[in-house]
Amino acid sequence: MKRLIFPLLALVLLLSACGTLDLNAPLPVYETGADPEAWALVPAGDFLSGQHNDPVRIDYGFKIMVTDVTVTQYAAFLNHALADGTLRINPDQVVGFYPGDEFHGVKHEIEITAADYVYVPLDDPAARFTFDGTPFTARPGYENHPMTDLSWFGAWGYCGYYGYRLPTELEWEKAARGSEDDRPFPWGYEIARNNANFYASRDPFEAMGTFGSRTSPVGFYNGRTYDGYTTLDSISPYGLYDMAGNVWQWTGDVYEGQHYRYMRGGSKDTYEMDLRIWVRNNATPTYYSPGVGFRCVRNP
Amino acid sequence: MQFVKDRLKYLFGSTKGLILVASAMIALETAIFGLLSGPMAEFGVRDFVVRVLRMDLVQAEREGRIIILYHSIAMAVVAIETYMITGLLKMREFYKAAVRVLITIGYLMAMIFGMGFAYWGHNWALHGLYIAGLTLIFFAGVLLAIALWPWNKDAYQPDKAFSRTKKGVDMERVAFFATAVTTLISAGFGAIPGSFFGNGFEAFLAENILRYPEKTTMEYSIIGHLHIMLALIAIMITLIVGHWLNFKGILHKIAMPLIILGTIVLNVGVWGVVTPLEPVAHMIIYVGATPAMLGALMLVIFGWQKLIREGVAGVEKPTFLQKLAALVRDPLKFGPLWQMVFMNFTVSGIGILMAVRLDEIFRVWPAREERIELTGHWHVLAAIIATIILMYYGDMIGLKGRVRKLYGWAIIILSDIAFASVTLFEMKRLFISEASQQPLVNTVMLLMDFGLGMLLVVLAMVMVWRLVDLFKTKGRWTEEQGQDDLSAEVR
Repeated sequence: MKRLIFPLLALVLLLSACGTLDLNAPLPVYETGADPEAWALVPAGDFLSGQHNDPVRIDYGFKIMVTDVTVTQYAAFLNHALADGTLRINPDQVVGFYPGDEFHGVKHEIEITAADYVYVPLDDPAARFTFDGTPFTARPGYENHPMTDLSWFGAWGYCGYYGYRLPTELEWEKAARGSEDDRPFPWGYEIARNNANFYASRDPFEAMGTFGSRTSPVGFYNGRTYDGYTTLDSISPYGLYDMAGNVWQWTGDVYEGQHYRYMRGGSKDTYEMDLRIWVRNNATPTYYSPGVGFRCVRNP
Repeated sequence: MQFVKDRLKYLFGSTKGLILVASAMIALETAIFGLLSGPMAEFGVRDFVVRVLRMDLVQAEREGRIIILYHSIAMAVVAIETYMITGLLKMREFYKAAVRVLITIGYLMAMIFGMGFAYWGHNWALHGLYIAGLTLIFFAGVLLAIALWPWNKDAYQPDKAFSRTKKGVDMERVAFFATAVTTLISAGFGAIPGSFFGNGFEAFLAENILRYPEKTTMEYSIIGHLHIMLALIAIMITLIVGHWLNFKGILHKIAMPLIILGTIVLNVGVWGVVTPLEPVAHMIIYVGATPAMLGALMLVIFGWQKLIREGVAGVEKPTFLQKLAALVRDPLKFGPLWQMVFMNFTVSGIGILMAVRLDEIFRVWPAREERIELTGHWHVLAAIIATIILMYYGDMIGLKGRVRKLYGWAIIILSDIAFASVTLFEMKRLFISEASQQPLVNTVMLLMDFGLGMLLVVLAMVMVWRLVDLFKTKGRWTEEQGQDDLSAEVR
């Protein structure tokens, strides 16, 4: 019998890896007070860019959303854009037109031609909206969470639809860091578990033993206490929420010789090192994930 | 005073003592700094360690810290390999002593002062001493290459059972020499850009710049350096294991030229990344890696045949099961060769799979997923090399009977559980979505941490045992003190 103990334990352990997950397990619902319709002004001027603090000047001011675009906001966009014919439904996807990028034939570059591309998948069990032929609606509890599971095209299309655009990487960085110092995080120099939603940060939305990490409502880390869980006020110098953690944010740069699109900010699924302001991530523009969202910028 | 003097003489004056010190230093460093990452960070252990040890971890300097951490551990591993080479191969006493003195002082300086600089504030005197340590290691390497000069008639191979030229030049020694010389040249590919970037204090990790379509020469040099140094450490340990197992015969005669050719071509390919050869550098690297790996395969075939032959000696018609039992009878002899085979599933095979499915993986996956795969596979390779060293060390200190079996099988099983789990973790995106991955991640992380954690416990037990032994008047250390022949067993 003793001989069987270790193999049995190993078998149980391996079987536990194959268990099914309730991706829509109940989640706590909190009103954070953050207004997803609000914008913050980032004035023209110098700031320190990157890990090595290179002085950079952005010689124009711009406004950036105070929070990530929420599921409610994106569902409204899908309903409007489908109704007016901007978007179409393929069997398993919402698609929209993209005019394509200049192709340079660089090693590993994939050509992005003018065509319809996926905005959001309709068959992804991790989607935070419902759609069954009726209007798109946020899943209960996720109304004020960042919109995820959307491609770069989906983020680009949303901003363009309303006359905005995605931030460039430099704009994003300046908005996150401000222009006063070389802080690695939007709120300062150190990070604590209750500064942001990152991997195993023990926030009320995660259960690492089962479904893992989930998004938190936009503006959650504002210094309030929610059912005994106290957050630190983690706004950026310009008053933005969630510029570190929760979801990676698509940025708008299209670089010569690359099909990759870049993301900033780290997410609920990454360690805190990826929440540092200068850290970059990238993926093909059709990539979508439960850990990727976006926000837009516009002229002042 | 004599008590301390005798122990120091053993620890720094004998081959086994030197290997013990370097192993203990690696174990200590791994134990302390391993607490800063992985699951320990999630459990809050990291914060505790940082507070208790008063570390100064500036966020913007994480990459620089990690670079120094990698280097300080790697230098101790290089020192262990050097002790083994100087213990196993014939060379003039002066060179042997000089190489050992230089590399010992060098790696200890690199390790102690490097880590002091990286983790406890920026005292530039410590940085200078760290660089001085690395420099001493380089000079030790130069002396080692001189000592290994294969065309010295004293070093000719008289036995025709081994790979040799018609004149008697020992091809195995040529392989050691080629690996030592190319290691020295390849070190320059790290040192030069290291000075360049270090001058502006702009440290970066290669895995973070891999998707840049345009890289500078210095960036290419760094990427080439880290790949080739690990490959060369792996080739060197293969040669050491071959010497230890008395690799000879027809397979030896085929393997040595293959390893020499492979090593040189592999290096030329890697050096080519900073030349106009860059567009075809990968092809040259594949061309070089293939014969080098074939040479290692010859060693595995020879070693396993030998183990089976010795294990079934006296049995007239051994069955398959008897042969299998003979093969795995001694885990410390079977293990290093098995780890070389296992490496193909967890390192080389992964690389090939990734290359084959390029359109599905690297061009689509987020960069962070690619980074997991890249860092995972080379951590596994580095750890495999460490396990091979540990098994050889177990043999050279004369572990016997049940302890030998337990020690050997613990290393093999625990490390392979961990490496297989790392591989599953790296490749998970091929078979599971991000939303559904957590149970799988939890399981493989648990297996990974269990495997590596228990492996460290085994290592700690050996270190404690050796530490206790040092306090005995007639401990093992007294017998090991005079043994230059690494295979000499303690009675």
